[in-house]
Amino acid sequence: MSNNPKSFCTFETAWCPGCGNFNILDSVKTALEDLGKKPHEVIMVAGIGQAAKLPQYIGANAFCGLHGRALPVAVAAKIANDKLTVIVDTGDGDSYGEGGNHFLHNIRRNVNITHFVHDNQIYGLTKGQASPTSLKGMVTGVQVGGNFTEPLNPVLLAIAAGAGFVARAFSGRKEHLVSIMKQAIEYDGYALVDILQPCVSFNKLNTFAYYNQRVYELDETYNRNDKSAALLKAMEVDDKIPIGVLYQEEKETFHQKNPLLQSGEPLLDRTCDIDTINKIMKEFV
Amino acid sequence: MYNLLIGGAAGQGVETTVSILQKLLKKSGYYVFTVRDFMSRVRGGHNFTLVRFGIEPILSHSEKLDGIIAMNEETVDYHIDQLKESGFILCDAKYSTQDTRAIKVDLSTVGKELGNPRVLGSITVGAILKLFGENLNYVDEVLKEFIKDKFYEVNKEAVHKGYQLVESRFSHLQGEARDYMLLSGNEALALGAIASGIRFYCAYPMSPSTSILEYLAFKGTETGIVVEQAEDEIAAINMAIGASFAGAPAMTGTSGGGFSLMVEALGLSGMAEIPLVAVDVMRPGPATGLPTRTEQSDLKFVISASQGEFPRMVIALRNHEDAFYQTTRAVYLADKYQIPVIILSDQYLGDASSTVKPYNLDYMQKLELLKEPEQKDGNYLRYRLTEDGISPRYIPGKSQNIVTADSDEHDEYGHITESGEMRTLMMDKRMKKLDQLKLELQEPDYLGPDDFDTLIIGWGSTYGPIAEAIMLLNDSEDSKYAALIFGDIYPLPDQQLKEKAAKAKRIINVEQNATGQLAALIREYTGITCTKSILKYNGRQISGEEIVHRIRKEGSYEQ
Repeated sequence: MSNNPKSFCTFETAWCPGCGNFNILDSVKTALEDLGKKPHEVIMVAGIGQAAKLPQYIGANAFCGLHGRALPVAVAAKIANDKLTVIVDTGDGDSYGEGGNHFLHNIRRNVNITHFVHDNQIYGLTKGQASPTSLKGMVTGVQVGGNFTEPLNPVLLAIAAGAGFVARAFSGRKEHLVSIMKQAIEYDGYALVDILQPCVSFNKLNTFAYYNQRVYELDETYNRNDKSAALLKAMEVDDKIPIGVLYQEEKETFHQKNPLLQSGEPLLDRTCDIDTINKIMKEFV
Repeated sequence: MYNLLIGGAAGQGVETTVSILQKLLKKSGYYVFTVRDFMSRVRGGHNFTLVRFGIEPILSHSEKLDGIIAMNEETVDYHIDQLKESGFILCDAKYSTQDTRAIKVDLSTVGKELGNPRVLGSITVGAILKLFGENLNYVDEVLKEFIKDKFYEVNKEAVHKGYQLVESRFSHLQGEARDYMLLSGNEALALGAIASGIRFYCAYPMSPSTSILEYLAFKGTETGIVVEQAEDEIAAINMAIGASFAGAPAMTGTSGGGFSLMVEALGLSGMAEIPLVAVDVMRPGPATGLPTRTEQSDLKFVISASQGEFPRMVIALRNHEDAFYQTTRAVYLADKYQIPVIILSDQYLGDASSTVKPYNLDYMQKLELLKEPEQKDGNYLRYRLTEDGISPRYIPGKSQNIVTADSDEHDEYGHITESGEMRTLMMDKRMKKLDQLKLELQEPDYLGPDDFDTLIIGWGSTYGPIAEAIMLLNDSEDSKYAALIFGDIYPLPDQQLKEKAAKAKRIINVEQNATGQLAALIREYTGITCTKSILKYNGRQISGEEIVHRIRKEGSYEQ
């Protein structure tokens, strides 16, 4: 294995055959290549989980941090260097469970990063416990009598919390997924793509067929700028599940709002000169 | 040397009064050392500040008072036992105290005449200046620094009126601190952070560390340091790590409770070898503890915080010089060894103000900015196994090289691995960095004569009180005392310790905690056992006098 700086490359993975992660990985690569991004210009950030292994398999700069903590690392990396394309690519447990607080507050912060969530509605790495998005009634080794906790609706939450780009996609519709990913990467601000994905080993409820029968692509008649309509669309999660960009709005980004970041100059290229330090010391005299 | 206590309720303006007074005294040439004692509330309660000043450098506070300046009646009741026979109480004419040392003046009447009861503090400042034979030369510029424009005139008048209220008691003494800085430990630390070259500071507000966050935010435009208030301490430390990974030297700060939340990410910094400086301004724990008070009880915690084993360094700040220079050094060392460096301060030092010579920027260790390689063969090894364990660290996006960071055990590329052989190699590589770090540890400060019987051992902010105790003890007893006070504390520098301990008849550790954490650390790493512990953990800093008293009372038995 080597890190080839020329292109996004292929690695041996630790995923189960048939896992939705493969299509997502392919789609991320395709989206980045289509957009003309070079591996050294991109940081892929993840926490811990099956999905969170993705940054290991793509050959770009990668940060595989702690469970639930991908977002703080990613937004700070972007704050440090606006020239980088920063993508959080991780799972539903990482994003909505352990990292729930960061999810909420980074919607508010609106740093220009992209957040791909592999939402398989189950904990895969720990072998099949309920995730924040698991359906009611799902029986697992922990939820032995069936999950009786209300599933989180991440896209509804994100729209309500003020996110400027909220999309849903399905790992089984690759072309559509790539298109959504590209729009998310190009969006100026925090962009969430919740990607429905089967877990072939542990989730026997939300199978490929389950999603495939339910999802339908939003067409051009849908107005993605209408927040009220988006909230209603986001609540369609049962027999029919809309995929596509549910909501989009132009918002001031963190870098636009923060006077220290407006220039776009990476922080490591800046210095605080000696005269300034001496001047500040004088204020205490 | 004089020692004044200024007390009142929260919200009464004690804080502003002290800020004005201490600056005026410094401008007049005095060395000043000011300690704040306040309750965790915004209004009411009893807050006081000790202002010690004189023409000799002052290292710590004292409990014995030359004057009580009472802005409420409780101040007199609470502190009269500390007042020297020769001391005075400056208070309002209406107060009930019958003490003959009281100088009762019509403070509230004057306040009413001026039409603003909020100027009580400024009237008091005027009276104090007169008592100590000071002139009013610096009043204008200092008031302008601390008082909003629209209240400037009335406060100026208040100082002048106060000046008329009393007779002089003492004569002005000429000290040499006029051109010194007067700043708190937290401000000194923040200045160190600015000078060190950090580009990002991220924290969640927590007493007593918040003033670092506020000062750096206040100076953001001038310094270019981006300051972000995180949603919690877990985010704060992970953001600092993310910024550092992307090339911006970064720091986070908190107190023990916040540090507890940061612990997992401290290990991430160690594992992924990403430079990080984390400040713990200690307060009494556990849990919420005493939010606005002081303790040194996080030492063993920060040394062992986070699961697993990884190299780290812990530096304890002893005084306002350390707060600056050691902070710059912490940033330098974190970068050099690609490790987390923890700075331990505490509420006493963080909030105490002291006169300090302007820092000499030539004395500080400067961050060496990363030299960007241009390695194009695609085989950059972020975690290359090197002789000293330090791998060349590149910054993502600054070259064609691909940079990885992994919290899992990883190979030289930074790819996840489960190989037992690689695990051992990587553990050895990381731990090896300590071997070189140990060569540049700073030995503890040694105070006292070469020839001594009793060795006092301390660390961090008890530096001032212990230094004062050594002077008092050696002045008044036949027995001879010396002290070793640790700044670098982990890894423990042990050369001086071993030499001095071998000569000591007895060793006493003085610490602001209940279990003698430094003594335990010394035992663990050197086998040296302290004869006696002087411990204090009521949230209030021990003074030099108290150390002397307790050594005589508790520690006087001979071996």
